[in-house]
Amino acid sequence: MKSFIAETGLVAPMDRANVDTDLIIPKQFLKSIRRSGFGPHLFDELRYLDEGYPGQDCSTRPRNPDFPLNEDRYQGASILLARVNFGCGSSREHAPWALEDYGFRCVIAPSFADIFYNNCFKNGILPIALDEDIVDSLFQQMYANEGYTLKVDLESKEVVTPEGDTYSFEVDEFRRHCLLKGLDDIGLTLQDAPAIRAYEQRLRERSPWLFDVIT
Amino acid sequence: MAGQTLYDKLWQSHVVVGRDDGSAVIYIDRHLIHEVTSPQAFEGLRLAGRKLWRRDANLAVPDHNVPTERGERSGGVSGIVDPISRLQVQTLDDNCRDFDIVEFEINDTRQGIVHVVGPEQGATLPGMTVVCGDSHTSTHGALGALAHGIGTSEVEHVLATQCLLQQKMKNMLVRIDGALQTGVSAKDVVLAVIGKIGTAGGSGYAIEFGGEVVRNMSMEGRMTMCNMSIEAGARMGMVAVDEVTLEYVRGRTYAPREALWEQAVAAWSELHSDPDAKFDRVVELRGEDIKPQVSWGTSPEMVLPIDGYVPDPANAANATQRMAIERALEYMGLQAGMPITAIRPDRVFIGSCTNSRIEDLRSAAQVVKGKRVASTVKQALVVPGSGEVKKQAEAEGLDKVFLDAGMEWREPGCSMCLAMNADKLGAGEHCASTSNRNFEGRQGFGGRTHLVSPAMAAAAAIAGHFVDVRDW
Repeated sequence: MKSFIAETGLVAPMDRANVDTDLIIPKQFLKSIRRSGFGPHLFDELRYLDEGYPGQDCSTRPRNPDFPLNEDRYQGASILLARVNFGCGSSREHAPWALEDYGFRCVIAPSFADIFYNNCFKNGILPIALDEDIVDSLFQQMYANEGYTLKVDLESKEVVTPEGDTYSFEVDEFRRHCLLKGLDDIGLTLQDAPAIRAYEQRLRERSPWLFDVIT
Repeated sequence: MAGQTLYDKLWQSHVVVGRDDGSAVIYIDRHLIHEVTSPQAFEGLRLAGRKLWRRDANLAVPDHNVPTERGERSGGVSGIVDPISRLQVQTLDDNCRDFDIVEFEINDTRQGIVHVVGPEQGATLPGMTVVCGDSHTSTHGALGALAHGIGTSEVEHVLATQCLLQQKMKNMLVRIDGALQTGVSAKDVVLAVIGKIGTAGGSGYAIEFGGEVVRNMSMEGRMTMCNMSIEAGARMGMVAVDEVTLEYVRGRTYAPREALWEQAVAAWSELHSDPDAKFDRVVELRGEDIKPQVSWGTSPEMVLPIDGYVPDPANAANATQRMAIERALEYMGLQAGMPITAIRPDRVFIGSCTNSRIEDLRSAAQVVKGKRVASTVKQALVVPGSGEVKKQAEAEGLDKVFLDAGMEWREPGCSMCLAMNADKLGAGEHCASTSNRNFEGRQGFGGRTHLVSPAMAAAAAIAGHFVDVRDW
């Protein structure tokens, strides 16, 4: 897994509440059997004026001039600033794949949907929850200052503004450790293989109807 | 020590390795697989040279991409017209063959929407941990199981280890006491719950649904409620095991029998929250107060009773809400203040993992029997949740009722719930839909979804606009 230690990058807005994973990556792109190539279709229905389909060349499609990610000032952004309940809806990991493929390494929002939040860590993306009023002030500063950047530091668990304001964030210690090191969590769980086998043996004795039925 | 909730019990009985921070390696009893979120997981296993941990814990079925129109369906996988969909379904077949996983293939009678098939076959049972790369896995919690959706990395994790590393959630009880009015169904109840707590209301929680209304509800109704826990922000919803659960499970293909059945029933009798269990949050509704619901906006929390009026952004509580309402009205093509009953669907969709079980179809058929779909409705689709549901419905003559009314009777699959197949809305079209999400573009580019119960969808198909099915 990709590691995340710190990121200093341009900030772009996704200024609406309850952004769902259908909006992040629409259903037609879920037909892919690959993990990559979703970046050009991130927020497809907002970014383009026409209907997208998998495998197309997006460079010639009509762009929505009102969508911030199409503005010059946000090109090359690696930190997405968002509103409450970001990533709600479907469990599709294609959502973080699309964000990552586009170039986002971090999403800052007042809150995230549980499944999306979890999926981010599996893909080297750091989701950061900050108080709503802090996020609000970051939005204001970003809109007011073209080229607005933030520094996100997972070691110190801090977001630092260009003015030097520092906001601490919370992150589960185990997830932080895995993301800092880029650890493969399947490999980690397999270190517990003897415990899994022992559990399975007890389960087989206690609940034999759970085994050897779907064969 | 305070008593335990149902969720506490299910969690505790599946801990393989507990960690100091409260997270744990949790054992997964049943892993359901479909074609959309699994290809990259199987590929990951291959690339890492890892083996499948336990084949008999897995069951696979294609559902999202399968065509529901009989002609296209009859050709099996190779008959799927869209080459990308075809490849995805074919890839599931190939992966299941390579890893020796049991799959109900496209034209197997047991095929259907994964969340209809699991309980129907007894593949998901009380007391289990159930996961699937699909957020509506919460459905299986209706059986008294700990069931939730996962991403593709976790699908790979379960294939390789039969476990997941999980954080424990907080406990929420949603209690609905009293009794429902005639014409009000489980769908209306869960939409009312979402309307009350919001789409993020359940974030960080496991929801248990309880109270008289839930106790008196069929398993189909309980599945509808648990299915939409995720629309309230909760990854999992569940209902305690009772006689209704046992009656439903008994005799199903993969359910235990004879002595094992007795042993299982004894174990399952513990699957309820203790009377002194502590919940972090309790939400209460009265059954009598719940009216048939219709969503008007682009989030499931944007929902109103049938006698309501489309909200006015001017009356919003704050700027964020005002913007959300304005945007939703624009996308939906609705005017503030118009009555919900004035909304006219162009299409009607009865199906999806929320509402495609036999009881749902019976309830829709009862409404349309002897009537005709309004001339302004371009299409009314009825899509059974599985081959077994289809067979049962046909045995009861429900297919005839729908066809006589001018509706289409299709082959089982996810169909128009998410438009990954040929069934979709055109831009600007309104749909009375029994599915679970009214997000922008969900049912087709520019499509406008109104979430309703099967009876309400059926009544809207006949009347040509939303009507109160209590007056039907």
